[in-house]
Amino acid sequence: SQRMLKQTLFNLLKKTLAKPGVKNIVLVEGVRTPFLLSGTTYADLMPHDLARAALQGLLHKTSLPKDAVDYIIYGTVIQEVKTSNVAREASLGAGFSDKIPSHTVTMACISSNVAMTTGVGLITAGQCDTIVAGGVEFMSDVPIRHSRKMRKTMLALNRAKTLGQRLSLIGSIRMAHLTPELPAVAEFSTAETMGHSADRLAAAFGVTRLEQDEFALRSHTLAKQAQDAGLLSDVISFKVPGRDTVAKDNGIRPSSMEQLAKLKPAFIKPHGTVTAANSSFLTDGASAVLIMSEEKALAMGYKPKAYLRDFVFVSQDPKDQLLLGPAYGTPKVLARAGLTMDDIDVFEFHEAFAGQIMANLKALDSDWFAQTYMGRKVKVGAPAMEKFNLWGGSLSLGHPFGATGCRLVTTVAHRLLKEGGQYGLVAACAAGGQGHAMVIEAYPQ
Amino acid sequence: LNGSYLTPRLRINKVLPYFTSHTETHVSPKIDSSRTHVNYEVKEDVAVIRMNDPTSKVNTLSVQMQNEMIEVFNEVLANDAVQSAVLISSKPGCFIAGADINMIQACNTSEEVTKLSQEGQKMFARIEKSPKPIVAAINGPCLGGGLEFAIACQYRVATKSKKTVLGTPEVMLGLLPGAGGTQRLPKMVGIPGAFDMMLTGRNIRADKAKKMGLVHQLVDPLGPGLKSPEERTIEYLEEVAIQCAKGIVNKKISLTKEKGMMQKVQDYVMGIEFVRQQIYKTVTAKVMKMSKGLYPAPLKIIESVKAGLEQGPDSGYLAEAQNFGKLAMTSESNALIGLYHGQVACKKNRFGVPERPVKNLAILGAGLMGAGIAQVTVDKGIHTVLKDTTVEGLSRGQQQVYKGLNDKTKKKTITSFERDFTLASLTGQLDYSGFEKADMVIEAVFEDLNIKHRVIKEVEAVIPPHCIFATNTSALPIKDIAAASIRPEKVIGMHYFSPVDKMQLLEIITTDKTSKDTTASAVAVGLKQGKVIIVVGDGPGFYTTRCLAPMLAEAVRLLQEGVDPKKLDALTTGFGFPVGAATLADEVGIDVAAHVAEDLGKAFGSRFGGGNVEVLKTMVEKGFKGRKSGKGCYVYTPGLKSKDVNPDIEDVLEKYKLTPNPLVSSDSDVQYRLVSRFVNEAVMCLQEGILNGPVEGDIGAVFGLGFPPCLGGPFRFVDTFGANKLVEKMRRYEEVYGNHFTPCQLLLDHAKDSSKRFHK
Repeated sequence: SQRMLKQTLFNLLKKTLAKPGVKNIVLVEGVRTPFLLSGTTYADLMPHDLARAALQGLLHKTSLPKDAVDYIIYGTVIQEVKTSNVAREASLGAGFSDKIPSHTVTMACISSNVAMTTGVGLITAGQCDTIVAGGVEFMSDVPIRHSRKMRKTMLALNRAKTLGQRLSLIGSIRMAHLTPELPAVAEFSTAETMGHSADRLAAAFGVTRLEQDEFALRSHTLAKQAQDAGLLSDVISFKVPGRDTVAKDNGIRPSSMEQLAKLKPAFIKPHGTVTAANSSFLTDGASAVLIMSEEKALAMGYKPKAYLRDFVFVSQDPKDQLLLGPAYGTPKVLARAGLTMDDIDVFEFHEAFAGQIMANLKALDSDWFAQTYMGRKVKVGAPAMEKFNLWGGSLSLGHPFGATGCRLVTTVAHRLLKEGGQYGLVAACAAGGQGHAMVIEAYPQ
Repeated sequence: LNGSYLTPRLRINKVLPYFTSHTETHVSPKIDSSRTHVNYEVKEDVAVIRMNDPTSKVNTLSVQMQNEMIEVFNEVLANDAVQSAVLISSKPGCFIAGADINMIQACNTSEEVTKLSQEGQKMFARIEKSPKPIVAAINGPCLGGGLEFAIACQYRVATKSKKTVLGTPEVMLGLLPGAGGTQRLPKMVGIPGAFDMMLTGRNIRADKAKKMGLVHQLVDPLGPGLKSPEERTIEYLEEVAIQCAKGIVNKKISLTKEKGMMQKVQDYVMGIEFVRQQIYKTVTAKVMKMSKGLYPAPLKIIESVKAGLEQGPDSGYLAEAQNFGKLAMTSESNALIGLYHGQVACKKNRFGVPERPVKNLAILGAGLMGAGIAQVTVDKGIHTVLKDTTVEGLSRGQQQVYKGLNDKTKKKTITSFERDFTLASLTGQLDYSGFEKADMVIEAVFEDLNIKHRVIKEVEAVIPPHCIFATNTSALPIKDIAAASIRPEKVIGMHYFSPVDKMQLLEIITTDKTSKDTTASAVAVGLKQGKVIIVVGDGPGFYTTRCLAPMLAEAVRLLQEGVDPKKLDALTTGFGFPVGAATLADEVGIDVAAHVAEDLGKAFGSRFGGGNVEVLKTMVEKGFKGRKSGKGCYVYTPGLKSKDVNPDIEDVLEKYKLTPNPLVSSDSDVQYRLVSRFVNEAVMCLQEGILNGPVEGDIGAVFGLGFPPCLGGPFRFVDTFGANKLVEKMRRYEEVYGNHFTPCQLLLDHAKDSSKRFHK
């Protein structure tokens, strides 16, 4: 067919990124639950329920035997204290063999990226051949704590021996102690919320409100098109206990520029530019991928989707460069892989905020920024928009913090297959001023 | 020396650096009207007026700035394409730091100053009544005349940068806000808020200013983008200010703010004349209590505010201008302005740039002093080692550093993260490990020559050749300490004052052998630590301790003569000292005072006599070592502010009782006996070359010892009071007490020739 021809041509023109002496690691499959606005259909679940659903979906889709996995790794951000190792609870609950060890990792919005690269490391080191990595985030229920003073009193009550001691402790409780502590999406080191930082970042790069709204509209429009065209094949359907079966993301809402322009700024008032509509929303969702050494995958009779190649983690100032991970990670990973911006056929960047994406694109396209802050001689350039997040992104599909990384990688693999490209690039920012970028190579079809 | 007692009044001087002046003469503009300080461009229908004084690091309301501003303002008003304006500084990190002090100092009469004030009032009145709204866009200091300018505008936007501070520091120069400030502020922030601002002169950060109603909108500082953060932040501020200006014109932004319930209640209460009268009374009483009536400016501020509120704006503005004129001619203002200039001078390193910057500093001894030095160093990007000999001593010191930073966290001047990050630069240890990387060692061990000798030998065995050895001592001559050194050119004295984080002065002492680079390095470290620095020659007691000793000796004699400690304190504070002589002795420590008195007595002989050292020694024997032991001249009860005279010292004083001579024992004589000995010793330090000049002498006395700021320091005091009058008094005391009061030659020279002055 024409696609095969095109693929062969590419393979002739473009070199493979395989390195001598380094194992080829492949993405066999990737799935995710539908991403839902928090507080909707998933509201009564627990985080590991969502992760279970993703794991079961992966098992189903790959017909993987339940004892054929060497290790399971999950990423998550806001932890449910009852299931602090959510990887273990989810894998047990999903019916995997209880002989498979599993652990949970966290690195803010790139937690599942860390889960995947941890798996890559285990395979490269020869420790494992078959890894399931994933991520989960559940914002419909977050741990709200008693105040520190109240907790201290309650813990002391546990240890109190006499009635007198207990009564005196109870007597020490004041109204103010009852005020609960809510988790905030704020940096611990700076106390600044992410939206506030995004607004400042947009301003620093001179990103206008119009540009942001246009990008948000683009994301929703493309997501809608992809959803309607059935391109989002990583989404599994999930029968939610006590509720209906969910089969689609529910945050995709293509609107109009007029509608978007009506919104007031959400963080910096009254002159800010970041609004609820040009930011990603609080989302519930889980994702999972099957990663194997190429040999093992082929031995088990799988047709891999893509190679996972070079990756980098970067970090910078958590105050003024909180969300610039893609700008720092992209040139670095390209250099590692020996590629240029033009070599990349598919870009999937995590869209935390439209303003953040635009700022990163402007940073990538600035010689001054490259020279002043990245120690580079010249810029690498901004990605071509006709290759960029063509099936929507976190702004429209949703962004369950811990689960987004696997979605990005799976989407790159699927787009490479669909569009016939050779290389894809994933980039994402994360709280703490960190970031991740990975190069993905199409698997010869 | 300990000076915790000096802080409340002296802290006011911290803001002074923002108040600026020009020493450079302006190049007078050519006949063509090309403007150098103020210009504007029209963006859509908004005139963006930009200020930038090319001759200075900061903008001041100099004559030229004002003239060009008026010119631009007239053009903007006349320009039909302009609907509104934005006033902004294109100087990074400075809006307007204040009026030009030299402009005021150039005047010879109060009438001239009043006229200056009226011109300012007139200009700002025009701004206030401008038919085209003006938005002040503030980044960096907006102080004094700068604030008065800003509050005359219709709207204010400020950046949340740490550099952005608003305030009226005029009171610290013995002046008042003379361009409408006393009239506009009460209306803007309420009467109590306005008094608080104008009477304390304190700096207000942007977020607080917003809460007070001083600014309307805040803008966040930006990080790296496609331009440098500073450049882009100003641009962003301008963009937001332009939006505001347009918003006011098209009525999207209302200038009449919706008043909250609390505001309405407050307005109602302030509308009652009786309440206002009570406020004036309370504030006046408080000012009188704190200033002992020695500072005229606060009273004139109250007077001007009152005139405006009670008799209407015409009277108010007139009172403000006239009072401004009067204040400018007072000796107090002259003294405070002198201190300001002196402080600026003592914030410079006259020894040049050191060969290598100090990046690693080691401090020996984690006591109050050592830990205090660590506290002011660790947050300046210098890796700091704090070494002690015991775990207990070290822990106490580390806790002190932590507490200092944590208190800042509680006050929200730094975040808990910044606290932790800063503490990461502090290493506590008991051994000399890592000393091979030290660029400077400051020892703050016990004041004993033998111990200091042992320490210097131990340290020199482990430090690299370039490392400087600084010794923190209040009286031991540096050359005696350096005698044990194998490289005396690297030895220097750094005399800090306790509590180190509050006291601004650092007295640096050089010996004949100290190299210039060593001195430059010590000054550079001190400046980094935020200190005001005097560099003096070596000798017993250097400068500060040497001045203090005779005054304390006189104080002991007065106690022996039967002057009650409370009376003694009242007389000294009545003269302008922040703390009375008896309390001062308690704070310094009776044991330290005894030690110093004995040491310096030996060095300088009978001239340093007066009170009997045995009085102090007996007190020490009885355990009355001052505040630190709970008893001294007074009894200190933890948690209590008030203190009673220690009844047990009566026996001691009785034992050493002296009969006062009624000829020299009036209240005024008591004051001058104390002060004249201090001043004479200071002048003698200049005569002997211990001091580099009278400016450093004044700064050291005021910032280190609490010499009355309203007098401007011992040298300015001699100039103002008259050397001949002082000598006359001293001769009278000399007749009774002998050489304790013999005026030094330099003082006699000044007394003989009235044209001789320490300050020009």
